[in-house]
Amino acid sequence: MVDPIKRISAIKLSVLSPDEIRKMSKVQIITAETYDDDGLPIQGGVMDPRLGVIEPGQKCPVCGNTMHSCPGHFGHIELAKPVIHVGYVKYIYDLLRSTCWKCGRVLLTDKEINEYLDLQRRLEKYLPFLLPVFHEHIKNKASKNSICPHCGAPQHKIKLERPTTFYEEEKGSFRKLAPDEIRNRLSNIPDNDVRLMGIDPQESRPEWFVLTVLPVPPVQVRPSIMLETGIRAEDDLTHKLVDIVRANQRLRESMDAAAPPIVIDDLWELLQYHVTTYIDNEVPGIPPAKHRTGRALKTLAQRLKGKEGRFRGYLSGKRVDFSSRTVISPDPNISINEVGVPEEAAKILTVPVRVTQWNIEEMRNYVINGPYKWPGANYIIRPDGKRIDLRYFKDRKSLASSLTPGYVVERHLIDGDIALFNRQPSLHRMSIMAHVVKVLPGRTFRLNLLVCPPYNADFDGDEMNLHIPQTEEARAEARELMLVQKHIMSPRYGGPIIGGLQDYISGGYLLTSKATVLTKEDVIELLGVAKYAGDIPEPAFYSPKELWTGKQLVSLFLPEDFTIRMKSSVNAGRLRCEDDDCLHDSFIVIKKGKLLTGVIDKKSIGSQQPESLYHWIVKEYGGDFARELADRMFKMFIRYIEKYGFTMSLDDVDIPPEAQKEIKEILNKAEEDVEKIIEQARRGELEPLPGRTVEETVETKIMERLSKARDEAGEVAANYLDIFNNAFIMARTGARGNILNLTQMSATLGQQSIRGERINRGYRNRPLPHFKPGDLSPYARGFVYNSFRLGLSPIELFYHAAGGREGLVDTAVRTSQSGYMQRRLINALLDVRIEYDGSARLPDGTFVQFTYGNDKVDPAKSDHGKAVNVDRIIERVVGWRE
Amino acid sequence: MDSVIEKVVMEKGSKVLPESILKELIEKLKKRNVTEEEAKKIVELVIEVYQNSLVEPGEPIGTVTAQSIGEPGTQMTLRTFHYAGVRELNVTLGLPRLIEIVDARKVPSTPMMEVFLDEEHRYDREKAKEVARRIEFTKVENVANLVEADLYTGSIVVELDPEMLADKGLTVKDVYNALKKLNFGEVEITDEYRLEIRLKEAGDLTYISKKRERVLNAKLKGITGIKRAIIQSRKGADGREEFVIITDGSNLPQVLKVPGVDQSRTRTNSIYETEEVLGIEAARKVIINEIMNVLREQGLDVDMRHVLLVADIMTQTGRVRQIGRHGVSGEKTSFLSKAAFEMTTKHLFEASTQGKTDDLKGVTENVIVGQIIPVGTGMIELYVNVEGNSPATNENKRGE
Repeated sequence: MVDPIKRISAIKLSVLSPDEIRKMSKVQIITAETYDDDGLPIQGGVMDPRLGVIEPGQKCPVCGNTMHSCPGHFGHIELAKPVIHVGYVKYIYDLLRSTCWKCGRVLLTDKEINEYLDLQRRLEKYLPFLLPVFHEHIKNKASKNSICPHCGAPQHKIKLERPTTFYEEEKGSFRKLAPDEIRNRLSNIPDNDVRLMGIDPQESRPEWFVLTVLPVPPVQVRPSIMLETGIRAEDDLTHKLVDIVRANQRLRESMDAAAPPIVIDDLWELLQYHVTTYIDNEVPGIPPAKHRTGRALKTLAQRLKGKEGRFRGYLSGKRVDFSSRTVISPDPNISINEVGVPEEAAKILTVPVRVTQWNIEEMRNYVINGPYKWPGANYIIRPDGKRIDLRYFKDRKSLASSLTPGYVVERHLIDGDIALFNRQPSLHRMSIMAHVVKVLPGRTFRLNLLVCPPYNADFDGDEMNLHIPQTEEARAEARELMLVQKHIMSPRYGGPIIGGLQDYISGGYLLTSKATVLTKEDVIELLGVAKYAGDIPEPAFYSPKELWTGKQLVSLFLPEDFTIRMKSSVNAGRLRCEDDDCLHDSFIVIKKGKLLTGVIDKKSIGSQQPESLYHWIVKEYGGDFARELADRMFKMFIRYIEKYGFTMSLDDVDIPPEAQKEIKEILNKAEEDVEKIIEQARRGELEPLPGRTVEETVETKIMERLSKARDEAGEVAANYLDIFNNAFIMARTGARGNILNLTQMSATLGQQSIRGERINRGYRNRPLPHFKPGDLSPYARGFVYNSFRLGLSPIELFYHAAGGREGLVDTAVRTSQSGYMQRRLINALLDVRIEYDGSARLPDGTFVQFTYGNDKVDPAKSDHGKAVNVDRIIERVVGWRE
Repeated sequence: MDSVIEKVVMEKGSKVLPESILKELIEKLKKRNVTEEEAKKIVELVIEVYQNSLVEPGEPIGTVTAQSIGEPGTQMTLRTFHYAGVRELNVTLGLPRLIEIVDARKVPSTPMMEVFLDEEHRYDREKAKEVARRIEFTKVENVANLVEADLYTGSIVVELDPEMLADKGLTVKDVYNALKKLNFGEVEITDEYRLEIRLKEAGDLTYISKKRERVLNAKLKGITGIKRAIIQSRKGADGREEFVIITDGSNLPQVLKVPGVDQSRTRTNSIYETEEVLGIEAARKVIINEIMNVLREQGLDVDMRHVLLVADIMTQTGRVRQIGRHGVSGEKTSFLSKAAFEMTTKHLFEASTQGKTDDLKGVTENVIVGQIIPVGTGMIELYVNVEGNSPATNENKRGE
């Protein structure tokens, strides 16, 4: 029999009436004492055993259950005098203001009441989201009436002194309204009038907003804990309840003793305070109730509120089993959809497998291996539902032989299992993807470098989480929907988020560069690491010996009918060309799966590069093929770069002395010009820019001049750099760094800035005491003349650090701001889904968009935003010919 | 050949492909020299690619959108004050501006307008300047060289700058009238560019300097809120150079009334003003444009569809609602979802007074009670009678 699926269809909230509170109460709490001298709970105290059992072995006197199955029972406190419930103060205030103190009716005429009731009925049916505005309107209108239209009584102004005290203005003086009086007034309001205020009298009569009976929650809700010293420490709620009972008792005693009203009022006030802080201990206007140690108590509202509260901490986010977390490290030898799991973790994470006649031998082996030898098993679940812990089971061999179909074995994680892999912050859906498990030695999770971009992971100590799906449905969904290759295309922009990076790109460039020729041994090695199983192609050269080009090797991995024409990243500056007749080999032409010209670099195989070679491969041949390409062709690239011996050294940023001189001249010239600008301004000859002061104009002009100088210096350095300089290759191919980084290393660092201005804060009129006040020269305001190669002067270093610090602060501030924005966006949009008609709707059926995105196209499946890239399809079919 | 291509495309694609793609296809095929055979193949491929690109039912597109807009937020710069073409003006962009937009703030931190001019004024710099003068808020301070309070005689002396006066298209008489309107006392033109106000009553230093302040801020002409109007020339849609006025400050209702302004193209970056003046559809358009603008300026590649969805949910009810507790999230029907977001207790108390029922239709609610969420594969409810071992009959099918 399949278990019937039980579902919660709705949850309803209402206000408890005093009757209900008494009805559900199993015990009336009458004494503030909790335990007697023997440490046993006192009957009628806040720890009364009838409130639920918490000690093992005991039986509940109410329901007869033991600790595990007794849900606990409510008790109640009969308050000597009514007190106001803080949570409903706002509603009480509104009700008092808009109803008559004498007859209890809403301060509107009968005609108006009937009209509004009718309107309310219609609104509820057709425009429920307007109800809050409607009720607001009624409250405003009713509270403006100064004479009751029903009994003619003049109305007084009600004043609320937060949190819980009400006053009534009578002849210019204020009279305090006691809770019992308020309660009387509220109970006078007829049901229909209550309804007009947006309150449902069936579920919450207004007089219930004033408490006469207080429910006492079961002890399970407020367990006491035993400290190491053997002293019992009570929960904050228990403390608060004791306070309430005590205040209540004193109030009752004074009333019985007919104490003077002042005393009674004071005690009443005290009771009100305790009840208020019991409900919410962060009410503005009153001091929060403190623990003996001075720490504010965590009462009911505090348990629910905020990030660590019940809602966000335990209901929206749930803790899970079968998960694991450790440091990550790179492994280029596993597939992009694999994850290396340390054996240690694999022995703890388990997968439940039902024993069948086909896997029984395998399962027996796991059981025999037991929990400490991989691959083994940790638990067995017998058909009767009993769990056997293999850690404590002696004779596993006989247990294994007793295994029959119908048993479930919780076996260790093995190669080929599916797992969800996650890195926080989980900013987009690619932050959790399914990987195939590969159990490896070591103590870290291993992942392929190509999946770093979607996780935004690096290996400077990052940790990641692994979850093992436990049901067949979950595993199926993980494999069909969440596997890495299904997420190569990002829904953000309709391009691949996975793709080559760093050495993969340099390697691709070096391999496919025209200068590269490979011997047979090279070819065999490279194809070998790429697990190529076909024939070696005809060599490109036969004499003096057989040689192959890198382009030939790349072609072996491309689909036979793949055709594309595009520019490379190196197609810029001096190497620019517009079509395939390209001397610099910077225009890629692939015809029928053959790379004819062009080098492979960031633009063609890089990550986050839409409309690239890799993008079209993913689109046209699918994620599985693209994964294979990433595992094989890309592997070849890094093997080639290893063979090549790619490195970067000081020489790479060295420039000849004549270049050095040239740069110096450029900077000197700039300095002179800056001086001229300053001089001009000093003589008052500088024409300010519109809307700017002279000082601002000077700054702008200097900045402009200096940035020009830096660019010129950079250009000089770039011109002297060898084209096959390794650092320069990385910058040009997009593998790492850019030309600016290079010029900072070899030419000059340039202006350091804070908030887009030159550095100007510090001492009076000067950033550092090494300069004269008011010195506006480049050096005094953070211009770094030296390059990293030459080394920075102490002052320059200081300015550089100041500029660098700004960046750090900026990131720190930004993460919190954008995190909150994303939380709000998610909360506002998470219910929107696509219906079968292609519309975007909310779960209640209201439309957000009649046609999603105007064309029903999924951005993740689009061609960089377009439904169809027509040009690309023409190119696919006809190739190109003029 | 052209007609053949058109026939081929329409024959195969007319029922399946949207209008725009058909048009693009015909246009592009006509330019290329393709055979009928190839054209057929192309159309078939286009249809295949198009059909594969459609969204699947159940796709949690809201979450995808929120992530696609939120995730690049981490890469945005924080305090970028950028100059938009004209460098006198700076505009808040980057993350602060994005937050401002989704917050639907009434007044943007740097309000700005792009005032287009009508046929008569748009091609002539002088005429454009005329309009700019009408728009730019000019106070006495802007045209005065000196405004001095004379304690001894109890008067305020205003010395005007003839150049500035001419620039703003004002005369001494205009200033005179404006000062008179303040009703502080007798105003007298003592010199060519010198005016004197004799205060009605004498007062101490603070009194006089207060009055002086008022004189400085006395309005001469223009529109309140427009701090500056800058003329920029740019290429219009027809390829002709035209002059556009960029303003610092925004006041759409007033600017639209100024003669010489092209009402159909003039725009502001204030969502609220646009909504008030031009309505909700225009406000939606402003939200889209402004978000796209921020993303583009930061060099972030985000699909237009995500921005559309955000703008649509913000304007869904006919009023602009912020993304957050005072807007979209606060107006949800589910109290559990609202309580889980912000102001937990407030929403719970409110729901209890109304005796509200949460029917657990949304995502958060179902996460809270531990049930399958109604998006993606969780949207489908399929029951199969395993015991019966027979193909599903009508009794054991339950659809929703």
